[in-house]
Amino acid sequence: MSAAEEVVAEGHEAVEAVPKRAMTLGTGTSLLVLAALLIVPMFVKNFIIFQMTMLLIYGLAVLALNILTGGSGQFSLGQSAFYAVGAYTSAVLMEHANINYALTIPISAAICFAFGYLFGKPALRLSGVYLALATFALATAMPQLLKLNFLEHWTGGVQGLVVTKPDAPFGLPMSQDMWLYYFTLVVTVAIYIFSVNLLRSRSGRAFMAIRDNEIAASSMGVNVSLYKTLAFGVSAGITGVAGSLGAIAVQFVAPDSYTITLAISLFLGMVVGGVGWLPGSFVGAAFIIFVPNMAESISKGLSGAVFGVLLFLVIYLVPHGARQVAILGQQLIGKLRKN
Amino acid sequence: MELFTNQVLAGIATGAIYACMALAVVMIYQAIDHLNFAQGEMAMFSTFISWQLMQWGVSYWAAFLITLAFSFVAGIAIERILFKPLAKAPVLTNVAGFIALFAIINSSAGLIWDFTIKQYPTPFGSAPFLGSQLISTHQAGMIGVTVLLLLGLYFFFQYTRIGLAMRAAASVPESARLVGINTSWMIALGWGMATAIGSIAGMLIAPVVFLEPNMMGGVLIYGFAAAVLGGLSSPFGAVVGGFLVGIFENLAGTYIPGVGNELKLPIALALIISVLVVKPAGLFGRHIVKRV
Repeated sequence: MSAAEEVVAEGHEAVEAVPKRAMTLGTGTSLLVLAALLIVPMFVKNFIIFQMTMLLIYGLAVLALNILTGGSGQFSLGQSAFYAVGAYTSAVLMEHANINYALTIPISAAICFAFGYLFGKPALRLSGVYLALATFALATAMPQLLKLNFLEHWTGGVQGLVVTKPDAPFGLPMSQDMWLYYFTLVVTVAIYIFSVNLLRSRSGRAFMAIRDNEIAASSMGVNVSLYKTLAFGVSAGITGVAGSLGAIAVQFVAPDSYTITLAISLFLGMVVGGVGWLPGSFVGAAFIIFVPNMAESISKGLSGAVFGVLLFLVIYLVPHGARQVAILGQQLIGKLRKN
Repeated sequence: MELFTNQVLAGIATGAIYACMALAVVMIYQAIDHLNFAQGEMAMFSTFISWQLMQWGVSYWAAFLITLAFSFVAGIAIERILFKPLAKAPVLTNVAGFIALFAIINSSAGLIWDFTIKQYPTPFGSAPFLGSQLISTHQAGMIGVTVLLLLGLYFFFQYTRIGLAMRAAASVPESARLVGINTSWMIALGWGMATAIGSIAGMLIAPVVFLEPNMMGGVLIYGFAAAVLGGLSSPFGAVVGGFLVGIFENLAGTYIPGVGNELKLPIALALIISVLVVKPAGLFGRHIVKRV
């Protein structure tokens, strides 16, 4: 129990290195997916459209965590707190200040960016499990803070706030659900393109250099503390946008919707989708939305166990998540082309 | 002043619970280098086993020993069957595996023993300890057992060959393999020991928090916090951390106005983080030097 020093050998990074080309899909595949996302809603029921909206929203939140963890190598269990701040910003602005729902989204992105950036400052000194504990503390504190008495006038306390669902503008012949879906899709595509470009930029390279080896990065002139806090800020900002969209889609915000369970779900989504692979975020989001329901329909009493077993199956078969499936698919197509 | 000493004493009493759990957390961290999120649920399941044995008429100490043996074997089995195949998978995938294990154990315990709250006996009695109203004999016994466990672990790791082998396997696996240590089995052994210690923690905690499938939720969080505060590489630090967290929690609840039961946890965590910002490796943790 002395203060002996321990030397950690190389190859102990918490997050494996993903080359930046491997972080996205090819242009052709991306356009195909986009076309499917545009066309499908015209042929399905409103409830399915709602689920697709939620898929995009959770996908955004997982994407944000992916930028933080897969991009800059920092781990967070506090994403639910940023999500809550985004959701409450939109809800309070819409219901108390009568601001248009679309305008609340950039505002909550800005507020969450600032919040994440400031949180990233003290968190700079922590890494690994210590950072996990700090972000975990944030996630457990958030629902309690939202319930505080002196905020009750704005937040509605334990009861939460009801949010009105927007109608389609310009008299478009669309249901509210369908309009909200396309609105979410536009925001999602914009953020996705932003994230892909961010990771390809100078800042993105700095994130990845820090993820792969912090000391080497700093000795090459990367401003480690700036980029680490920046990653926190960007991640929180995107999560905040997801929170805002979530509040509008669900039409309700309450403190207990944003507990640590949400943060854990987002984390599972990231692992299932493949850490560091941005398109996987949406696959992961599908997992965390649909698999619990599936488990419930298989066995009511044992739904938790069924969920656990399914999760184990996924991580046994593809320990690197959906990214691994995509790489396998790519290799297969490559082989077929050669023949 | 009397209020202060009383609150500190009460804090030590609850701290003993956290210290027990933190010890189990550190044990497994030493062996496998991860925080096991399912540790609390594993302890809960073991406690249910001992409860079931007592329902069938087995005496307390017999049930205690059988549960200990069961937990040890079950811990090794979980490692061999579920986590050995994941040894080469990324760390975050392993964490997802812990969460899956958590869901499986919690849900099965709920199905087997349902979610009603059950009384759990204590071997130490619950009279006031040395005339103090704040610490019962059970809590004093709990502190005693924690200290004994700590001493036992210290001697095990410092003075036995197998303890030395486990430490070697955890800190430099490659070199340990070269000198003929079976590192893979050392990890399994670590799981077994951690699960056994967890089951002791569970059986000691159950009389205080009552037995039910979700009993470990809160305790595990404080146990993690205590382990991290003490420094994850030091069992001694974990125990000190446990007592400190108990005291923090009680004092925050008493002296900071407007802190109800609900804000106790965030405030305790915030305090721990402020400590960590000053000492990033925990109070007694080893400072890790990285090779570039």
